[in-house]
Amino acid sequence: MAQQIFAYIIHRNGVIDDTALELISAGRKLNPDGSVTAVVAGDGANLDTVCKDIASSFHEVWKIDNEALAYISAEVLRPMLTRILPKESIVLIPHEHFGMDLAPGLSIKLDSVYLPDVFGFKGIEDGKLKAVREEYLGQVSTHVLCDISKGAVITVRPGSFKADESKGTDGNIIDKTAEALKGGLPGGARRFLEIVEAEVGDVDITKSDVLVSVGRGIEDEENLEIIFDLAKAMGADVSCSRPIVDAKWLEKSRQVGTSGKTVKPKVYLALGISGAFQHLGGIKGAPFIIAVNKNPKAPIFQAADVGVVTDILDFVPELTDRINEVKG
Amino acid sequence: MEILVCIKRVPDTSENEIAVNRDGTDIERDDLVYSVNEWDNYAVEEAIQIRDKVGGSVTVITVGDEEDEEVVRREMAMGADNGLLLSDDAFKGSDGRGTAAILKAAVEKGGYDLILTGAQADDGAGQVGGMLAAMLDWPYASLVNFIDIVDDKKIKVGREIAGGNQEMSEIDLPCVLSIQTGINEPRYVGIRGIRKVASIEIPVHNAGDLGITADTVGASGARTKRLDYFVPEPGEGAEILEGSTDEIIDKLIELLKAKGGIK
Repeated sequence: MAQQIFAYIIHRNGVIDDTALELISAGRKLNPDGSVTAVVAGDGANLDTVCKDIASSFHEVWKIDNEALAYISAEVLRPMLTRILPKESIVLIPHEHFGMDLAPGLSIKLDSVYLPDVFGFKGIEDGKLKAVREEYLGQVSTHVLCDISKGAVITVRPGSFKADESKGTDGNIIDKTAEALKGGLPGGARRFLEIVEAEVGDVDITKSDVLVSVGRGIEDEENLEIIFDLAKAMGADVSCSRPIVDAKWLEKSRQVGTSGKTVKPKVYLALGISGAFQHLGGIKGAPFIIAVNKNPKAPIFQAADVGVVTDILDFVPELTDRINEVKG
Repeated sequence: MEILVCIKRVPDTSENEIAVNRDGTDIERDDLVYSVNEWDNYAVEEAIQIRDKVGGSVTVITVGDEEDEEVVRREMAMGADNGLLLSDDAFKGSDGRGTAAILKAAVEKGGYDLILTGAQADDGAGQVGGMLAAMLDWPYASLVNFIDIVDDKKIKVGREIAGGNQEMSEIDLPCVLSIQTGINEPRYVGIRGIRKVASIEIPVHNAGDLGITADTVGASGARTKRLDYFVPEPGEGAEILEGSTDEIIDKLIELLKAKGGIK
């Protein structure tokens, strides 16, 4: 493959995101003989720290350094990337909230193919890439074929490629700021104001050893009682998946997932949770996961250690009663 | 404020187990329950609330065929003022870019201040809003979970970012926003509401009406092609507990005790 592969590096407060090293492996899967060029944007000393760090993993690092990038808005960065990236580039971007803001529009501006939320590559033949992604909230997968010879923007699911920890490179840092700013500072139509931190709830689920976590399978707000009863019997805290918070049945501070809290319990009991990757992304520290779900195909059973295929509405009250009996 | 909301009719994942058909060319579509994409429903609710506050109108639009008209009608029953169906054989098999291009042509025929889409739909791509904004050269924000109308030139939006935090920005109109679930509580639509809009004529625009060249959209214009559907080989996966409920509960309590799950 003659095309250059780029990896967009996400960093926050001088700390490089886990996805950076995963994109090296993803890039190598696309071209085993080539190298991946890192693209990193930011401001001043923070950016220098990040570049230095990244240069130990990438042979080439392109940096864009401007005070307008102290907090990076996709609306500012997208036109800059459009200016510096060669046509026909392959651009790898992490599929998270920033990548999702940046990437679809970037593919239009670069006039290249867009492949969102990819988690596997099955090879390239005659310039056509076969990639793997999911539909229907992970219930089925698909192979997607596209001609990437005229360029591609690909968002890569975090955690789907193994991080390349080999380091030991002394990469070349190339300053692309002037080129990125040619034509002026873009993105003025969307102006960043502030970050509003998540509200602190009455329970800090990030500190819980045992979590009883409830999802859409609970069906009704009134049914939550059986979850709290079980948690009480176990001495656990109650957490939940996104639909429960969307329905305003529980507060946001109890939500586990990439847009909620990252938890590190010893035991995680997932009740009526299908197990979308955004939810699983919030569970760290390899806990013992028990899943109860009436759909045997729910993705949660792939992540769990032990599963029970049944309706939580019947099962949970019985489990609670028996735990209370055992405890006497 | 003139608001356009782009919606899609999808198999309802909360009502269906999605399975792959025998030859892997599609999902099993017999007996599927369809509804409006969940994210889109939040977008329509938000649009209605904005209209009720500052005036104007809400138009819901979809790309599809006669079957897809039902979701347009449903969102009109919810309170949207107008519906639009973009339908043509040439649109069939469009990828995200094709769909965005079709919508762009319709946007250019209207005078909209604000376009809302769902943050994602059944294919989990989350692409049409961002592409549409780029094609129109309008500002864009994704994963929006808060909107406040400042005046007729600009609005304040919150984006859902990691850890439950929210990124607040001011954005100039016209703009495109993709809406995250949880931004509001979509109202219930009863049978009576559906009946009220049952006989309203929903305008249909085809490729000719929109000035779209057929081969730029649809299957022929698509740059990405879905080859198949499959269910991945199950990995080790969970050990599924079998037996009577009593036996399962015994085993589970044993495991919970061993792993420190019961205090």
